[in-house]
Amino acid sequence: MTGSIPIQYFLIISTLMFFIGIYGFLTRKNLITMLMSIELILNSVNINFVTFNKYLYPQNLQGHFFTLIIIAIAAAEAAVAIAIIINIYRNFRSIDVDNVDEMKF
Amino acid sequence: MNSEIMFYLLAGMILVFSVLTVTSRKILRAAVYLLFVLISTAAIYFMLEYTFLAAVQLTVYAGGIVVLIIFSVLLTSHISEKAIMADRKQSLLSALAVGAGALLTLLTILRFTFVPSDLPAQTSTVTDVGNALISYDRDGFALPFEVISILLLAALIGAIIVARKEKDGIVSAKEKK
Repeated sequence: MTGSIPIQYFLIISTLMFFIGIYGFLTRKNLITMLMSIELILNSVNINFVTFNKYLYPQNLQGHFFTLIIIAIAAAEAAVAIAIIINIYRNFRSIDVDNVDEMKF
Repeated sequence: MNSEIMFYLLAGMILVFSVLTVTSRKILRAAVYLLFVLISTAAIYFMLEYTFLAAVQLTVYAGGIVVLIIFSVLLTSHISEKAIMADRKQSLLSALAVGAGALLTLLTILRFTFVPSDLPAQTSTVTDVGNALISYDRDGFALPFEVISILLLAALIGAIIVARKEKDGIVSAKEKK
């Protein structure tokens, strides 16, 4: 199904997605949107793993399983992060990083 | 030819919606754009013929995580509230750093010669995936499977402990002592 598409195309897509995610992480102030940027970054890495698996080592499924486990970790991370964010909102009435500086040294 | 058109369509969708996710001033819209990115990624997994992985991507990412994010957006911010963005100088500097990093990585990717393998592809049906997840020989993934189950349990308990109300939680535990 991917016959004539070179592997580089997939890698370019995932690279651009990764750096867009980093840009969002650097410029966003809201904790939830920062979490969304992290999801973008994780997703781009997943595309990389799957593409390398399919193109370079199709005889086994290591990239496939690595991606499966990254998805599970991302779900766990999102659950814990949102619990922390809601707790922060309860204490500070805001989830902008500028307002949450109680522990800042 | 058809798959090429499909790939360009998906690539365009991923890039456009990724940019919109990080630049949209309305948080709820950003979450929906993220949903589109994740669905396009699932479509790319379908193109690469990893159908089980695509199904997991759709259910866990697009179904679970995005719903969780939308719920927390609704809990923590007003629907018409606009996100504060970084000031001009900071976003310019970030764009510069990100552009430099992307340029470096893209140059490295384009200069490197990948040697595609000609070996027959291992099928990834649900049977294959299930067998690999519980087998402990060379191509088995029993240990990561067990470890991830413990991690999920820990995350579940941790999320409940962190998010529950302070009054009958940590404070009362201290007072009991």
